[in-house]
Amino acid sequence: MLARRGFILTLGAALTLSSAVLAQDARPLAPPAGSDAGTHFITVASTTSTVDSGLFNHILPLFKAKTGIEVRVISQGTGQALDTGRRGDADVVFVHARASEEKFVAEGHGGPRRPVMYNDFVLIGPRSDPAGVKGSSDIVAALKAIQTKAVPFVSRGDKSGTHQAELALWKDAGIDLAATRGSWYREIGQGMGAALNTASGMNGYVLADRGTWLSFKNRGELDIVVEGDKRLFNQYGIMLVNPQRHAHVKQAAGQLFIDWVLGAEGQKAIASYKIDGQQLFFANAADGNA
Amino acid sequence: MDVSAAFSAAIDLIIGLDPGFLGIVRLSLGVTLSAVLIAAIIGLPLGALLALSRFPGRGGVIVFVNAMMGLPPVVAGLVIFLLLSRSGPIGFLGLLFSPSAMVLAQAVLVLPIIVAITRQLTENLHGEYREHLASVGLTGFRAIPTLLWDGRFALATAILAGFGRASAEVGAVLIVGGNIAGYTRTMTTAIALETSKGDLPLALGLGLVLILLTLVINAVTYGASRAGARFAG
Repeated sequence: MLARRGFILTLGAALTLSSAVLAQDARPLAPPAGSDAGTHFITVASTTSTVDSGLFNHILPLFKAKTGIEVRVISQGTGQALDTGRRGDADVVFVHARASEEKFVAEGHGGPRRPVMYNDFVLIGPRSDPAGVKGSSDIVAALKAIQTKAVPFVSRGDKSGTHQAELALWKDAGIDLAATRGSWYREIGQGMGAALNTASGMNGYVLADRGTWLSFKNRGELDIVVEGDKRLFNQYGIMLVNPQRHAHVKQAAGQLFIDWVLGAEGQKAIASYKIDGQQLFFANAADGNA
Repeated sequence: MDVSAAFSAAIDLIIGLDPGFLGIVRLSLGVTLSAVLIAAIIGLPLGALLALSRFPGRGGVIVFVNAMMGLPPVVAGLVIFLLLSRSGPIGFLGLLFSPSAMVLAQAVLVLPIIVAITRQLTENLHGEYREHLASVGLTGFRAIPTLLWDGRFALATAILAGFGRASAEVGAVLIVGGNIAGYTRTMTTAIALETSKGDLPLALGLGLVLILLTLVINAVTYGASRAGARFAG
């Protein structure tokens, strides 16, 4: 009989735990925000660079303290994050690939697009620098050298903002990847962190956003080899998913978040995020051309 | 990489009792146990039913269930994702990126394991005790409760196998849960995240804690079934 009692106890424990988990989906409602009465959270589709660098951990508690709204962030590549918005699975999209963002808006999936902040890309490579590009600030010349010497280069290959920036830079360098790529060019189809881990493992070169690089811990022999080129500029934009297309989109709460990010408080919070004394993102919501 | 750094990260996690970390452990256990519970409630009777019934195409059904034990978690995750997406057939429920979606995905992964093993066990038991059961009036499907009860210790292993699959799984919960900090981040998705951030000692430390938890759960089940076997004779 003890066996039966033990079984019932286990069952009871499991039921208690599962009800606790499922209850999380229906937590008590926070104070109403705008017309989405009872909204206590919004979902934001953003990129691995903003999440992995720790920016959201820094700014979201401030927004929550002010409004009571929890922001649930899903970290994906820019292409995937925009698709999440297209399907209506997020309220706000916060990404970094201007051309794709403008296409998203033009197709009527959301908008308007607003510039939020920028940081820059850096070329990461082994300290031994087999391509001989270290210390240069000419990204195009560096890519040409990597291709000529066929040194391992790790590409995100995942349609992310960083991947799109990388492809545009190869184009600037006049290199037709489809025609010239060999085994030196390694597309991994994964996030920024995974790409850095891969580059670290094979001592290859990789294009990374500075924020993820600064917060990345498994550096091994890697270091920044090229930085400071104007072409390495990396702009982030934010937009609301179109509530006319997806009726469940939390328009008021989502807009509240966007307004906060673009306003004085949000911009200040972004600018104050530092790792080892280095600022990661530069707020530029006021720049109409960004 | 330094393995001792991983061990000290694991010990820090356990001793520190950081609320964020405890939340991750609680969610992992809650999601996995809920999924296993749901799969067991559906799978045990279904497996027994499949064992005792005879219908055309039964062989095909058995092969299908056995094959689904190897269903790749990432495929299960993708299918559930497409169903639950706002643009999918049951998107209006708004379940995507929630713990409920993760429970659903894991239950789908665990169900075939429980059905397949229950089917085999019940069929063997029934072959052995058919005449005995019939002599006390338990013919056909009426024998199911007795068969399940008699096979309970072996069935506990089936449930543990299901638990192991669910607790170790990362592909499905990552897709349908979204790895949202403080909401859908589990042990395995946290390990994937820390790996991608290059914090390998912390990732491995989390892995050690997960293995430890799995050991404890298996030890408790083993102890309970030993004690049960002794008292039940």
